[in-house]
Amino acid sequence: MGRIILDKVRKAFGETEVIPPLDLTIEDGEFVVFVGPSGCGKSTLLRLIAGLEDVSGGAIRIDGVDATSTPPAQRKLAMVFQSYALYPHMSVRKNIAFPLRMAGMTAEEQDKRVNAAAKVLNLTDYLDRRPGQLSGGQRQRVAIGRAIVREPSAFLFDEPLSNLDAALRVGMRLEISELHKRLATTMIYVTHDQVEAMTMADKIVVLRAGHIEQVGSPLDLYRAPRNTFVAGFIGSPKMNLIGGAEAAKHGATTIGIRPEHLTVTPAGGTWTGRIGVSEHLGSDTFFHVAIDGIADPVTVRAGGEVALHYGDTIHLTPDLAHLHRFDAQGLRIA
Amino acid sequence: MATHHSRIAARAMMAPAVFLLLVWMLVPLILTLYFSTMDYRPLRGIYECCQGFDNYVRFVTSSSFLESILTTLRLVGGVLLITVLGGVLLALLLDQPIWGQGVVRILVIAPFFVMPTVSALVWKNMFMNPVNGLFAHLATALGLQPIDWLAEAPMLSIILIVSWQWLPFATLILLTAVQSLDSEQLEAAEMDGAGALSRFGHIILPHLARAITVVILIQTIFLLSIFAEIFVTTGGAFGTRTLTYLVYQRIIESQNIGLGSAGGIIAVILANIIAIGLMRVVGKNLDA
Repeated sequence: MGRIILDKVRKAFGETEVIPPLDLTIEDGEFVVFVGPSGCGKSTLLRLIAGLEDVSGGAIRIDGVDATSTPPAQRKLAMVFQSYALYPHMSVRKNIAFPLRMAGMTAEEQDKRVNAAAKVLNLTDYLDRRPGQLSGGQRQRVAIGRAIVREPSAFLFDEPLSNLDAALRVGMRLEISELHKRLATTMIYVTHDQVEAMTMADKIVVLRAGHIEQVGSPLDLYRAPRNTFVAGFIGSPKMNLIGGAEAAKHGATTIGIRPEHLTVTPAGGTWTGRIGVSEHLGSDTFFHVAIDGIADPVTVRAGGEVALHYGDTIHLTPDLAHLHRFDAQGLRIA
Repeated sequence: MATHHSRIAARAMMAPAVFLLLVWMLVPLILTLYFSTMDYRPLRGIYECCQGFDNYVRFVTSSSFLESILTTLRLVGGVLLITVLGGVLLALLLDQPIWGQGVVRILVIAPFFVMPTVSALVWKNMFMNPVNGLFAHLATALGLQPIDWLAEAPMLSIILIVSWQWLPFATLILLTAVQSLDSEQLEAAEMDGAGALSRFGHIILPHLARAITVVILIQTIFLLSIFAEIFVTTGGAFGTRTLTYLVYQRIIESQNIGLGSAGGIIAVILANIIAIGLMRVVGKNLDA
């Protein structure tokens, strides 16, 4: 079980309110990702749920029980920290067994659980090493191991992949997703990387300055961003947001069109522009196109091997079915 | 950087300092060694060379020798116990966010700046004096019989005085160690269900092990040569004669320079044995 309800939760450090009253329901077994730019309060929110920070107002309910003033150890939540927070003087085995030892479990039971976790995480060969002798990815797995042996009702991840290199990050992302499928336990995951959010989440919570901007499945957010902030944050490369006369033609203050919803044609087309920087990824090519009458360069996706170069003139046609319109407050026009 | 030229230049520039240090250390050591083989008692006008190991044998076989070693160990052990325990507690306390932290930290470090002779005098006359001392006044105020600290518990008194001087040192080193502990480790332990005592035992104390090692090593080396505190308070009476003090008595009070020098050499050898032993035992802590 792991249903977590935040009811008007508020957090202030002295005079500054970092999280204004906020409501959120996390269903049992869900993989929820808190995503937002740095300083948006996502880590603070996670620490409030963990009990490492006291709430300034409101209530946190875990499985129907008010846990607002329950100490962290008794909330049955396990947390994986950004720095992994492994105990450097203990072997991997002792690190993983630590929560079990604190719970007063017998040595045999501890061994059984540690070995089971080590098997799942491919750590069996490293159980007698110290954290200092492991690579970043292995340390990450030890931290996850320490979390799963407790069989918590929910896992909390605080930017767990941000200290890994890009290749390892993709691998660990898959491992965590697989772990979630296998354990079917609630997971709350904090990241500033929208790719991690899109690939792992059942439900994404987009935060800005402590406010929830939008909650929904990755594709909901991709298809129908509620405002320009979410529109610009979700999706890679980011959506082109165009104001001025072009937007007025569609009866909006700002229009948004994703790079993948623009068609490149040699002639004709709605907009004509000149290619600036081009990014060749092999499978795709992204052109930054300067268009007359549009202030910022427009990003457009083209095929992997197109014969277009710096300075070439190209014609773009937006797919009107995927055109997003926003009003003067930046809110979506339905 | 390490070209042939720069290495020659570096050696040339270091040479005066190395030379000075060598002379500074070697001349007294060689003179002491030389005196230790002589029967040299200036007040009696005796200055006879080449006694071999006579002085050493006489120093070691005297009844005061073994007792002075035990006294030294008691003093060093007592002070280490108090300063390490007290230092850990004070460091944890000072790590807490409190009002006036800066001032409190300076006050805690202050005793380290007081000269040993001065602090021993202050303790002797202002605190431990059975008539005018603060402790005596306190005892009287509580209706108790004032204790003549330096006569009734001389060893404990000296241990207290020396501990008071060295507590700041231990606290300072341990405080920096406490501050270098990653707070996420403590939070992780808290989430893992470790209470305050378990967190201290399983996380903080192992983290401090290295700093404690350093404190013990450095303090032992300095504490073996404690002198002023004993000289000012008990003058080596009432079982407070350490090895250092015994050497002093042999040279100055007995005016037997040969015997004292032999004692000095023995003290140097013993101190080195202890230092090397300590390095062996606790030094592995420093490698990890």
